[in-house]
Amino acid sequence: MASINELTERIHADSSEEIVAEYLERITNSRLNAFITVSKESALLQAQEIDAKGHDGPLAGIPIAIKDNISTKGIMTTCASKILTGYIPPYDAHVIEKLKNAGAIIIGKTNMDEFAMGSSTETSFYGPTLNAWDMTRVPGGSSGGSAAAVAGGEAPLSLGSDTGGSVRCPASFCGVVGLKPTYGVISRYGLISYANSLEQIGPFASSVRDVATLFDVIAGHDPRDSTSVKREGNYSPALENDVNGLKIGIPEEYFGEGIDRNVEKSVRDAINTLEELGATSMEVKMPHTKYALSAYYIIAMSEASSNLARFDGMRYGLRTEDHDWHTTFSHVRADGFGDEVKRRILLGTYALSAGYLDKYYLKALKIRTLIKQDFERAFKDADVLIAPTMPYPAFKIGEKIDDPISLYLADVETVPINLAGVPSISLPCGFSGSLPIGMQVIGKHFDEAAILRTAYTFEENTDFHKEGS
Amino acid sequence: MYENPDGVMIGLEVHVQLNKLRTKVFCGCTTDYHNDPPNSHVCPVCLGLPGSLPVINKKAVEAAIKVGLALNCTIEEHTQFYRKNYYYPDLPKGFQITQYDFPISSGGYITIEGEDGEHRVGITRAHMEEDPGRLVHEGTIDKSKYTLIDYNRSGMALLEVVSDPDMRSPKEARRYLDKLRNILEYLDIFDGDLEGALRVDANISIMGGQRAEIKNISSHKGAERALLFEIVRQKNVLRRGGVVVQETRHFDEAREITLSMRSKEEAHDYRYFPEPDLVPLKISGWAPAIKAILPELPDARRLRFVEQYGITDDHAKALTSERKFAIFYEDVAKKVDPKMAAVWVCDVLKGELNYRDLPVEAFNKEHMLSVIYLLMNKKITEDGAVDIIRTLLDKGGTPDEVVKEKGLLKVEDDIVSTAAEEAIKENLQAVADYRAGKEKALNSLVGAVMKKTKGRADARTAREILLDKLG
Amino acid sequence: MIGKKDLEHIGWLARLELSEEDKEKYTPKLNSILDYFGEIDKADTEGVEPLYHVLPMNNVFREDVPTRSLSQEEALSNAPKNQDGFIKAPRMM
Repeated sequence: MASINELTERIHADSSEEIVAEYLERITNSRLNAFITVSKESALLQAQEIDAKGHDGPLAGIPIAIKDNISTKGIMTTCASKILTGYIPPYDAHVIEKLKNAGAIIIGKTNMDEFAMGSSTETSFYGPTLNAWDMTRVPGGSSGGSAAAVAGGEAPLSLGSDTGGSVRCPASFCGVVGLKPTYGVISRYGLISYANSLEQIGPFASSVRDVATLFDVIAGHDPRDSTSVKREGNYSPALENDVNGLKIGIPEEYFGEGIDRNVEKSVRDAINTLEELGATSMEVKMPHTKYALSAYYIIAMSEASSNLARFDGMRYGLRTEDHDWHTTFSHVRADGFGDEVKRRILLGTYALSAGYLDKYYLKALKIRTLIKQDFERAFKDADVLIAPTMPYPAFKIGEKIDDPISLYLADVETVPINLAGVPSISLPCGFSGSLPIGMQVIGKHFDEAAILRTAYTFEENTDFHKEGS
Repeated sequence: MYENPDGVMIGLEVHVQLNKLRTKVFCGCTTDYHNDPPNSHVCPVCLGLPGSLPVINKKAVEAAIKVGLALNCTIEEHTQFYRKNYYYPDLPKGFQITQYDFPISSGGYITIEGEDGEHRVGITRAHMEEDPGRLVHEGTIDKSKYTLIDYNRSGMALLEVVSDPDMRSPKEARRYLDKLRNILEYLDIFDGDLEGALRVDANISIMGGQRAEIKNISSHKGAERALLFEIVRQKNVLRRGGVVVQETRHFDEAREITLSMRSKEEAHDYRYFPEPDLVPLKISGWAPAIKAILPELPDARRLRFVEQYGITDDHAKALTSERKFAIFYEDVAKKVDPKMAAVWVCDVLKGELNYRDLPVEAFNKEHMLSVIYLLMNKKITEDGAVDIIRTLLDKGGTPDEVVKEKGLLKVEDDIVSTAAEEAIKENLQAVADYRAGKEKALNSLVGAVMKKTKGRADARTAREILLDKLG
Repeated sequence: MIGKKDLEHIGWLARLELSEEDKEKYTPKLNSILDYFGEIDKADTEGVEPLYHVLPMNNVFREDVPTRSLSQEEALSNAPKNQDGFIKAPRMM
């Protein structure tokens, strides 16, 4: 898989148009179903323009795939839902503006779980995306299309969004690198909300260095997002091959029941490797981890039930036959949303409704406080935490889709990070048979530098990321 | 002491549009849309496009603090926004960003002229929220085949001022609304003349019964009418042995009645929760600085007018009850005798304007000064001055033109004197009656003088000259 | 436990029309999820404040300065039905 540096050299030697055409060809010939929309014409046009005029941006002429819940002006954006059929945003998300300024070329919009609600990319209205390593398996989710595109060589870079693991999970299942930044570091302006207080846009690439380069481009303050922090992206200099003196915390709760033995072994081996390179490790206690999954789902569903109230078929999207307003509204939504989305809207509505707010929503937010405190305590001693990203490697398509709880349980390792708002990067650290295993390196608020350096050092000293699907 | 025989309790929820801001509350779209085509001043935020995010207009918060302070409220240390979840086509996100727990200000009061003198109406809270869009129905809401939506208004900054149920009659409710509007205009954050600037929901109960909430009231007069109707309705329910039920009623402005809106929608459950896209505000620290530059409010100005210009309290009250009038008066009073200005601005001009339903802008301040100068220099009579004011309002022009056209210049004293001599000669009987002690006989002589001068003589001068000549 | 009546009420609150089949299908799944959520009852949250915002941020504003709006054409470009510049919704009653 070509890196940004290799591609940049090729663009200078040949042309961006050639590169873009190659990737477009691979997308066309692929069976992965990683894309919902391929923006062939605009991508080629943009590439020609860059070839003609030149561009000194860090991603000049380099194609990138964008998760279909990030608004792209002039390119259909559906959240993989029938309800947004034909919706063409009249504006660009903040990250898209930043990518365009950096010279990147948007080659298409990637498949995902409908409204980012899922961990397998099976709930898409546009059909499931397949895992490049084993096409009978899921690529993870909800940003499955973005991870599969990178793993399948259909895009060198991509963006996803991570509400409860939706970048890290597919990164882990597809054997690529994916970063969930600290809450507030990347503007959410233009990201179609699933659960506002939890989610961040995150970059995918096949190496830590490329993830850092992309992260530098898209991070930074945006006055249009009130939760955006005043920090600019400049993380690439943190990429030193050096973990000497690094203190790694191992949260034992993340290695408990339900973890695949190969996964556990790979992650523990990875920690050993880092120790051999000069890091030290210690156990840390995160006693409230067991409540994280419920708290996460209650908060996410509650916020989602309100976020998705705007899809009424009036200003955009699907419109069914007119009756009176309330009936039409109910029909549009009954027809436009899939089962999992409906389940989450119903449960979120319930959790916020009179008589249940304290029992569910408020209780979940109190647990969120406890989870955040768990991390604060752990980070008093440790510089980074290392844990499996997912409890097991990619599962079979259809294996869990009819059992919501078993599907939710897959997120047990990723959701606490979103509840605490801390950054985490998932990178390949081993294999279970032919399937990649990912580990996550978790950092303190705004300490992306530490997790990038740890991940980079691991990558420089191992070969897992070089294996192709 | 007002007895309140029907046990009327009225509380008002007033939605005030902060329409003097330049932009909406959560986005940079202009507030200046009133004459423009529908959906021409909207953006991803106020149109509720997926992925858009709100950012609070700082000036809107400052305006809210101003109002809170002017209504004697406490500005809270911690304030934040919530989502109120309900569905209506004018609401582009399927929820309204508003305040719930932790409103920006609470616990104030307004003093009004009540049924029994000064009366305090408590202000429960004044909180910020966003305005929905505007719906247009073909014909009436219940008959229209479809609904048209214009989102230009969507996202305008609103302040919802909630009163305690302290008003005891529809008249007090109207006075409360007048006073509130007046205070808002003094603060220069609000133009009450713009469409939709002030909307009222009223809660009313009688005899300690359940309250009805009346929606869709768009004027102060409408509020009074709706409440008057509602008292009669509730009394009739009780008289028939019924029970007033708690419900929402719709005011039909044309028919001046309230209609029950009972439906499935009544089962509201707004599922309030903190807006995750906005962070909390800690702005009580701004209050002292804003308080320091708060403009003079109606009650203070009224006291100052009495003190500074020596006018009566009644005049001062009437003049300050509308900000524009107070400014008009003060500009005039600074240049002429302020007491005389009070009479002419308050008693004459205001009456003529009210009669014609015209705002104070309809009369030129310089013209008022000219009229008063003419009077002070005894160039015209008081009747002539009234004539000038009426003519200017009805036909336009300048005071000089009206004086010339209508020949209103007051006649000189020697002409009055000649007319008086003629009147005495021609009305010997009246002279005799007067001399016999019939004071009233003098009036007919004055009348004769006025007739001879075609009304241009000053009646008082004519009287004096007659008295002089009659010895 | 959510019964059929509860589900109908929630469906109405969420404006999601549910067919009889939907109700049959959803009720057990929603209940098993709620059952799982019941786990949080065991957490001791006495005296713990709810965490609404993960970063302690306050007072984020914009200035009262107009920015570019969409054109009417852009604003209406995605609306399935419009008329005379208005977005056209169904009748209210």
